[in-house]
Amino acid sequence: MIVFQKPKSLCDVPLHYCPGCTHGIIHRLVAEAIDELGIEGETIGVAPVGCAVMAYNYFACDMVEAAHGRAPAVATGLKRADPSKIVFSYQGDGDLASIGTAETVHSATRNENITVIFVNNAIYGMTGGQMAPTTLPGQVTQTSPYGRDVNHCGYPVKISEMLSQLEGPEYIERVAVNNVKNIRNAKKAIKKAFQNQIDGKGFSLIEVISSCPTNWGLSPEKALQWLEENMIPYYPLGVYKDRSAEKEAAEA
Amino acid sequence: MSEKVLMKGNEAIAEAAIRAGCRHYFGYPITPQTEVAAYMAKRMPKIGGCFLQAESEIAAINMVYGVASAGKRVMTSSSSPGISLKSEGLSYLAGSDLPAFVVNVQRGGPGLGGIQPSQSDYFQSTKGGGHGDYRMIVLAPASVQEMASLTIKGFDLADKYRMTAMILADGTMGQMMEPVELGDVEVKDYDKSWAVTGTKCARPHNIVNSLFLEPEELEKNNFARYERYKAVEENEVLFESYLMDDAEICVVAFGISARVSKNAINEARKQGIKVGMIRPITLWPFPKAPLLAAAGHCHTFLSVEMNMGQMIEDIELAIRCKRPVRLVNRVGGMIPSPEQVLLAIQDADKGGKAS
Repeated sequence: MIVFQKPKSLCDVPLHYCPGCTHGIIHRLVAEAIDELGIEGETIGVAPVGCAVMAYNYFACDMVEAAHGRAPAVATGLKRADPSKIVFSYQGDGDLASIGTAETVHSATRNENITVIFVNNAIYGMTGGQMAPTTLPGQVTQTSPYGRDVNHCGYPVKISEMLSQLEGPEYIERVAVNNVKNIRNAKKAIKKAFQNQIDGKGFSLIEVISSCPTNWGLSPEKALQWLEENMIPYYPLGVYKDRSAEKEAAEA
Repeated sequence: MSEKVLMKGNEAIAEAAIRAGCRHYFGYPITPQTEVAAYMAKRMPKIGGCFLQAESEIAAINMVYGVASAGKRVMTSSSSPGISLKSEGLSYLAGSDLPAFVVNVQRGGPGLGGIQPSQSDYFQSTKGGGHGDYRMIVLAPASVQEMASLTIKGFDLADKYRMTAMILADGTMGQMMEPVELGDVEVKDYDKSWAVTGTKCARPHNIVNSLFLEPEELEKNNFARYERYKAVEENEVLFESYLMDDAEICVVAFGISARVSKNAINEARKQGIKVGMIRPITLWPFPKAPLLAAAGHCHTFLSVEMNMGQMIEDIELAIRCKRPVRLVNRVGGMIPSPEQVLLAIQDADKGGKAS
């Protein structure tokens, strides 16, 4: 009896992620959702620039590599080219919340019928640990060596809160992958984000609070602890917008 | 059946694109090319196509990248400052070997420049613009009819060679009205098995990508791409030769500059000056061979262009600096007058006779 196996939607190749990085978990959750919904053959993924840049080698569906921050625009093109396809982007915080903020906001406000997986680990990982738009106040990084000084470089961008103020998007939820309970919630949210697209409901973004042991300078275990004690209080988990649920509640 | 209609250059591009099977247009407003977008906004919803006004030029070109990845004909249009913004995307399109069609209705620069016609994006379009080694097929129409026919040609070449074809027009070409004949277009089918259309779980996944971290692999890709570019250079050069058989002076001009030059040449011929013109229709690939041949019987070349002298470098290279090439130019949105070109021809004629 098989009790555990690799999702069909993940390729059988070694991932390049650092030991203890939670990208592997998030990849798996996305692949499981695609498997369970039976959409692999119709799905097109868009990879970012950042740590997940080589996600195109890991997901078994058709994949496109976008320029830095432009994944939502590329996904828009793909979806408009063939609305019957299921299109998702997988992006980090630098990609989605800094250089690609305009593409993020406008694909959301158009309620583009795509699914966005937003991995927030408060740092630029691929380039060696620089300050991200989501780096916490006081957090030490390579480019904020004395801690992020909000008077000098401003405050972190809270994407879920920000996007939920727009009329456009269908679904915005923030989850985390630091423990089993949160991982199960994250899976549920990601699957819902794909289901929303299948149902033609529009733009769904799942912000996944994630860790970066390498660039935080912590062991994998300590990193998860730091995430729980520092990230989650600043980035509270939960559903920020669920238009269909709000509509149903209003009608009831 | 072809019918003759009176159209603006920008509208002719839009209608020709639709006839060439383009059903996706993404753009951002900028003068003097807005008629392209306006035409698409009106027509696309009526024919099951997609017109989408993007949040920026950057987003627009990346939407183009998305549709091109899916293997469908797609275009964007803009004017000079907007093309600068799109240049990142143009590099990625090249790096991923995607076919795309892009229109630049040039205005004066640099910076915000002005909104009057210019040809100062010659370097940008023929030498790169974005980063990395790449080329675009650059088509330079000199009439509204050519705005249409080169659009149709551009879509075909883009598919054929898996690269970007660009119309390099200017504000005059975009805005002026002329009769244009639009027929039905036969759209050729090209193999697009590389496109991301969903695996149907029946084939390995396709990946559209420009990242190759192994230098050997990236080099191989560049070499392969340049083999295709070589084929373009060998097969796709377009130019018009005007009164060149006995010419002793060769005017080289494209777009509106070529039309102005033609008037000057006709006047000079009346005065007995043996002058002709080579009008590049493809700026890349550049018509090197006919220019080199002309250097055999022309003592002087005149590069008439609306910039500070950009195409002139390609002329010098093409004729291997065998003859002097003089620049006849106006910039900043100014158009050379036939009188200015005629004076330059007369001057070259005197110089030629003196030497």
